[in-house]
Amino acid sequence: MIRLQGVTKRFRSAAGERTALDGVDLEIAAGEVFGVVGRSGAGKSTLVRTINRLERPDAGRVFVDGQEITALAPAELRAARRRIGMIFQHFNLLNAKTVAENVAFPLRLEGRGGAEVDRRVAELLARLGLAEHARKHPAQLSGGQKQRVGIARALATEPKVLLCDEATSALDPETTEDILTLLDQLNRELGLTIVLITHQMEVVRRVCDRVAVMKDGRVVEQGATADVFLHPHHETTRAMLAEGEEAFDASVVPPGARLAKLTFRGAATYEPELSRVARSVGVDYSILSGRISRIRGEPYGQLTVAFTGGDAEAAVARLTDRGVRVEAA
Amino acid sequence: MFDNVDWTEIGRATVDTLLMLGGSLALTVLFGVPLGVLLYLSGKGRLAANPVLNAVLSFVVNVLRSVPFIILLIVMLPVTVLLVGTSLGVAGAIPPLVVGAAPFYARLVETALREVDKGVVEAGQAMGGTTLQIVTRALLPEALPGILAGATVTAIALVSYTAMAGVVGAGGLGDLAIRFGYQRFQTDVMIVTVVLLLLLVQGLQMLGDRLVAAVSHR
Repeated sequence: MIRLQGVTKRFRSAAGERTALDGVDLEIAAGEVFGVVGRSGAGKSTLVRTINRLERPDAGRVFVDGQEITALAPAELRAARRRIGMIFQHFNLLNAKTVAENVAFPLRLEGRGGAEVDRRVAELLARLGLAEHARKHPAQLSGGQKQRVGIARALATEPKVLLCDEATSALDPETTEDILTLLDQLNRELGLTIVLITHQMEVVRRVCDRVAVMKDGRVVEQGATADVFLHPHHETTRAMLAEGEEAFDASVVPPGARLAKLTFRGAATYEPELSRVARSVGVDYSILSGRISRIRGEPYGQLTVAFTGGDAEAAVARLTDRGVRVEAA
Repeated sequence: MFDNVDWTEIGRATVDTLLMLGGSLALTVLFGVPLGVLLYLSGKGRLAANPVLNAVLSFVVNVLRSVPFIILLIVMLPVTVLLVGTSLGVAGAIPPLVVGAAPFYARLVETALREVDKGVVEAGQAMGGTTLQIVTRALLPEALPGILAGATVTAIALVSYTAMAGVVGAGGLGDLAIRFGYQRFQTDVMIVTVVLLLLLVQGLQMLGDRLVAAVSHR
């Protein structure tokens, strides 16, 4: 659905030239929720903005739904942009217009009017739970409601792609969850391809099928969210995942212990595998840190354990046999 | 008390002042808004960034704004005759008033547009809007409170300009104040005209504030 080939963007300023995107290649399939994470300044916002050419790349090509966005004439680009919805961190609603007028806005830009627009707007407002707010102005709404209006507006022209530029970064955790549930639902029900830019790892964990990690204008790691999150290779990914996690204190590790990081995925997460193996091998274990959660709905558990008082290697071999991934901790 | 005051004369002068003000304000807005939009759009990083156009417009606006109005009145005399056939009366006052006020108002419009969040322009672009659509359907409505507040400030400045225009035979309350109140030492005429001008300014400010409040949705 979306393909980026060698996309490069440099910004020139009095301070000199800065490379925001450095030869980025990316392929996003139709119907997937694709996350782009990175710290501020990594180039992720510039990246998403090349998809609808709000930023024009200095080099490289961008394709959306078979159309080369980077090669379009102005009128063709405007037509293409109507097929690509976008929502923003600060919503970017028109304060002078009512909620209904905001949602109708992209349709009016296409020159549509009358009952057709009214019907479409009513349908969108109902779908997003905004019907009662139709005549209010954005200033009268909460952040979450404003973002819902932003989403309704983005969907008005029935786009195949929705770009989300830090769409939940200005919202509180509860509202973030609410908006993510909504995006997930739109992805499933409408088959909408969603590209989501964020610095919040939780957002990616919650809704993204695949993820790309960016640093200094390059994609340093990408893959299925579960693979990248459970077995990160790049230091940036590791560092971002480690934030907010309690690292265990090395002084608590029992002397002579064999440390191992165990990853359980799917149904195995809830099985007493570790206990069974420990009993059969005759080894003790202490859990030093761990997390049981879900990535895009798939359960997983990741534990750092210290084996003591027995044949730790045998326990590791047995766990590996049973499909538990064991890595050095 | 008001022995020297000819109320018919005062009435006629008040009507003249209102006509000068209304005519010049309408034309100032007519020229000032597009000029302000061009100043904004041609600015650095804006939708139709054009450094040359911006520099030229900026220069013209600054030159007109730096000429003291009393000088502009005199310099404009031949142009005024060319445009409206006379340099006297209400019609003769309007061209210099517009030339004096439009560049000032254009700057206020430009400032009001700059106050609009850049995200609004970005959203308009992302939705496939043309520059004209973004200006007329998003930017101007969003900037309307500022544009109206600017029109209020400009209208009040125009009131004092109309008074000055009395010097070159424009008529109106300012003319009365100068000819009778000042030159003939008729203090009562001076007081009446000044009070009327004061009421006019008060009224304009109140009206302007109400209009701004009515279109503000922040």
